[in-house]
Amino acid sequence: MDDTRLPELGPDIWEASLQTFTTVAIALFFGVLLGTFLGLVLYTTRAGGIFANRPVFVVLNFLVNFFRPIPFIIFIGAVQPLARIVVGTGFGIRAATFALALAAGFFISRVVEQNLFSVDPGVIEAARAMGASRIRVVATVLIPEGLGPLILGYTFAFVAIVDASAIAGVVGGGGLGSFALRYGFRQYDPIVTWATVLILIALVQLGQLLGNVLARRIMRR
Amino acid sequence: MALVEFRGVRKVFEPTKRGEKPVVAIDGVDLDVEKGEIFGIVGYSGAGKSTLVRLVNALETATEGTIVVNGREITGLGERELRKVRLDIGMIFQQFNLFSSSTVYHNILYPLQVAGVPKAERHGRIAELLSFVGLLDKAKHYPDQLSGGQKQRVGIARALATNPALLLADESTSALDPETTQEVLALLQRVNTELGITIMLITHEMDVIRTIAHKVAVMENGRIVEQGPVFDLFSDPQADATRRFVSTLVEQGPAPRTLEHLRERHRGRFVTIALREGSVPQSELFAELVAREVRFELVHGGIEDVQGRTFGNLTLALEGDPAQVEAAVAALRTKVDLTEVD
Repeated sequence: MDDTRLPELGPDIWEASLQTFTTVAIALFFGVLLGTFLGLVLYTTRAGGIFANRPVFVVLNFLVNFFRPIPFIIFIGAVQPLARIVVGTGFGIRAATFALALAAGFFISRVVEQNLFSVDPGVIEAARAMGASRIRVVATVLIPEGLGPLILGYTFAFVAIVDASAIAGVVGGGGLGSFALRYGFRQYDPIVTWATVLILIALVQLGQLLGNVLARRIMRR
Repeated sequence: MALVEFRGVRKVFEPTKRGEKPVVAIDGVDLDVEKGEIFGIVGYSGAGKSTLVRLVNALETATEGTIVVNGREITGLGERELRKVRLDIGMIFQQFNLFSSSTVYHNILYPLQVAGVPKAERHGRIAELLSFVGLLDKAKHYPDQLSGGQKQRVGIARALATNPALLLADESTSALDPETTQEVLALLQRVNTELGITIMLITHEMDVIRTIAHKVAVMENGRIVEQGPVFDLFSDPQADATRRFVSTLVEQGPAPRTLEHLRERHRGRFVTIALREGSVPQSELFAELVAREVRFELVHGGIEDVQGRTFGNLTLALEGDPAQVEAAVAALRTKVDLTEVD
């Protein structure tokens, strides 16, 4: 225990944690917005969907399949030029957050699409039979009926975002990932490494708990 | 003028995958559903009846032919216009299709919101509907807290919310047990008689047709093979499909296996007589046998009631002097439909 620098790194670990929290929170927020939109488009435009549109579906399906499997450590570098245009810089926490939000969007689009399959197509048909417009059906039937599973899906995505956020250090994005690498792994200080692990576990557990409680409330069981 | 009119309607589903053949779901259907009647459509699954009923509220669009609903041709209308048409047509489903995340109250509120019913009127209307279906105390319940029969009653209340002229019932009792089925059918009958709402009802259960339908169309392979008043189809089915459906309720005679067992237990000559409304009284038929000293035993069959009218097939085992039996059979033939059972 004498050879760990953990006690003196207190302020740094706190700062790294804050960076991870903000990066994850912002990426989750924008990822959910983008992913939900893309997921809804995927779900409703596929054959038999209420906005069935083959060209739109095929193009979007290809885009999502193209970007989603790129390992985040490569993705973050690959979208650097785009980050410069959108957030004004290719480095630091802003670029890292941008890349993370974008990757999360593609990831969440699939999660949303798949969770919407749990919505009974019968209720969509019933609403249509009542004379509701298609956009109204999406807003007032599809989303509310699928909300429970969607929240579980977002929670799943949250854990994946926390995981990917550790790579933010690649573009100087800071956070617990680069902290653990710099002060734990490279300094042969496993105590520091494990301290960050504990913080991340706490973060993931907290998020998972929140998601489960919310989903259960909405699904009422 | 009929409330629903089909003329030469065809519906072809284009294949979703290359190399597959298009599916002809509806193949030249002519149909008239008059205002105020309960019109049953019976057929096996895949006969096209679900598609047929969805053509009425344009959840499916016809490939060919014209469909007129309430005096308005709906074929070729745009989505916006079709939504208005749908407001005047209620629909209930086999699996009820209630919004599981909404209470009973909010399920019934939904069509009122869609139809733009003023806020002040909504609450009263929902209470009225809930009391009509007998579920006033369940307003705050969620669908998964209700039994199947209760769910369908909510479905009916929801479908009636906007005072439609027509109610489409898609296998509305097929997921229910026999007792609940009767309850729901009784409710549908009230919808028809008390509210004057025309009902188009599709089912694969002949019992449902017998219980509440006035007219029936039998569907097979996307075509209507026979249609007419329910009693006529029961008493004198023409098409093979109709006969098969009628025989699910009223057997035309003993099935081969049953006959084997009957032969083991009864001697004599087997004949089946068809009793119909207005045919010779049974007493007269039996007197004919007694007069010739022909002993007879009722071995199979029974009398059914179809919409208050008698209907049945009886299989008799006749014993006695062969010449007398022959004479008795000849005498019966002059009075009723008689078939020899071999």
